[in-house]
Amino acid sequence: MNETHVHSHRHPPAADDPAGGYEPLERAIRELLIEKGILDAAAIRRRIEAMDSLTPANGARLVARAWTDPDYKARLMEDAAGLLAEEGYELEHSPTVRVVENTEGVHNVVVCTLCSCYPRMVLGLPPAWYKKKAYRSRVVREPRAVLAEFGTELPGDVEVRVHDSTADLRYIVLPRRPEGTEDMDEDALAALVTRDALIGTAPARAPGES
Amino acid sequence: MIANGTRVRVDDRFHAGHHRVPGYLKGREGMVTACLGSFPNPEALAYFRSGKPDLALYQVRFRQADLWDDYAGGTADTLDADIYEHWLQPLEDRP
Repeated sequence: MNETHVHSHRHPPAADDPAGGYEPLERAIRELLIEKGILDAAAIRRRIEAMDSLTPANGARLVARAWTDPDYKARLMEDAAGLLAEEGYELEHSPTVRVVENTEGVHNVVVCTLCSCYPRMVLGLPPAWYKKKAYRSRVVREPRAVLAEFGTELPGDVEVRVHDSTADLRYIVLPRRPEGTEDMDEDALAALVTRDALIGTAPARAPGES
Repeated sequence: MIANGTRVRVDDRFHAGHHRVPGYLKGREGMVTACLGSFPNPEALAYFRSGKPDLALYQVRFRQADLWDDYAGGTADTLDADIYEHWLQPLEDRP
């Protein structure tokens, strides 16, 4: 039995897309909606532009303000959706947003095992890995191994809390404020808060860390 | 209404169509940690029905060690999932 023969009997890895992919389906539905006068191409483009204007920098600003303003943080933890609506985010047709706080004893990480729910209405589009079966199936079963692959090693006495966002809420992690940042202003603090910190796969950057 | 702190089991049932509960949690026991409000039933919305009446949605916390026999992390590790009331059986109410 040669090597080629062995390979010919291997199963392909589980696919993230159906055979043929979603693109032909998307094109067919889009063309039908336009043909029937329900949408036009400009409306679709405007929606894409609005989505692309949302970035993790929005989440970073929330976090930096929460780190520096206890009243703001209290409101963010209690009623993030209300606060965000006041700040001008369009949440009318969106799921509710909830913020979960990392502490000395608890580290939160977010996933959606049923699909790829993500707080898009604040952070924009999720990274590709967030939507892959590998992340979605593994982070609920072996979160510490997955976090270690992101360079995030947590002590055994820290509770790792995975949030499987399976329903009508979307989760944003409030990371811990790094040490040595006491004198930094909100803009400098926001620069420490990465997309991964808002998902919970990494802590916020330390000052001076690239 | 299920009170915070109530232990619950996720129903291990099958029906045709959309199930809005992760398969790995079916039959597992956890604790209600928050009521998150009421929302249209996603299993009806999936088929263009109204989803009315709304269902209560609960945050349920599971111990990772209860979910996976060979869980490699700490005993304190947990998993929170948001589950609609029709999938939850309060354990206190059972005979």
